[in-house]
Amino acid sequence: MRNRRFLLAGLLVALLVAGVGSYYASSHPDGLEYVAGKTGFSDSAKDPVDTGSPFADYGTKGVDDERLSGGIAGVAGVGLTLLIGGGLFWVLRRRGQQE
Amino acid sequence: MHVPDGFLDAPTSVATGVVAAAGVGIALRRARAELDDRTAPMAGLVAAFVFAGQMINFPVGAGTSGHLLGGALAAVLVGPWTGALCISVVLLVQGLFMADGGLTALGTNITLMGLVGVFVGYAGFRLVLAVLPRKLGSVPVAAALGALVSVPAAATVFTLLFAIGGTADVSVGKVLAAMVGWHVVIGIGEAVVTGLVVSAVIASRPDLVHGARGLVRRTSLRTGEVTA
Repeated sequence: MRNRRFLLAGLLVALLVAGVGSYYASSHPDGLEYVAGKTGFSDSAKDPVDTGSPFADYGTKGVDDERLSGGIAGVAGVGLTLLIGGGLFWVLRRRGQQE
Repeated sequence: MHVPDGFLDAPTSVATGVVAAAGVGIALRRARAELDDRTAPMAGLVAAFVFAGQMINFPVGAGTSGHLLGGALAAVLVGPWTGALCISVVLLVQGLFMADGGLTALGTNITLMGLVGVFVGYAGFRLVLAVLPRKLGSVPVAAALGALVSVPAAATVFTLLFAIGGTADVSVGKVLAAMVGWHVVIGIGEAVVTGLVVSAVIASRPDLVHGARGLVRRTSLRTGEVTA
């Protein structure tokens, strides 16, 4: 597979996983949350700081449909990660070397 | 395993913040050697993929779930220093935009998942790869085993931090047993996902897999040559 095609295919998988697949994820607490609850330190957690992001808790503010709300947040998260990560790695890379 | 604000006291959070900043600072310098025109876009994709993968919680029994941490996966695909940066970017996006993982706990989360998860996972991968036959098929197996140990390792370090600076008065022994026990099970899921993703990439583009360097034959240069 050519580079561009491989990257686009990978991105498509990531978008599908975050945008569609995430709806079917388990809603049970994760390992740390569960252990915190069982052993009795979950109350020491503070509410997260409101950063003003519309995607808090992987939902989209103002979108009522659960599937759509989570899907938009997932796609936005993938996009933001790609933008920040991709930008950082592009700046860091050794220039002009075709290995 | 995203630690929220409040689990750990301020001095411990400051200390993990310093560790995380130092680790990311070193990674920013060392990652250069792993990144070129070809691998930089791949690294961006790996970060985006880990973000997506972390959204998929899988049930592990008794009303508990786990999700991919992605440290071993990222380290094997794009190298440990770049991998540490991938996970750190994911945690930054989650903390800033998704309210997942406290902002005062960002240093703790980067330390646990971006440093411990990545480097324990990568060390495990290298160790296993060294004893397996020198062929491409060994890479996903080694990656899976590295992933398997990375999760309980991060859980153990969390418990250590909790013992030092946990704000709740809870038996550390109980926390340790429960954290390690559950995260061994979650580690099995981590191993399965990591092994499958690494083998999928190796099947299509083995040359893009950092951990497979030295095992990929330069077919274009060796056409007609009998395999050594």
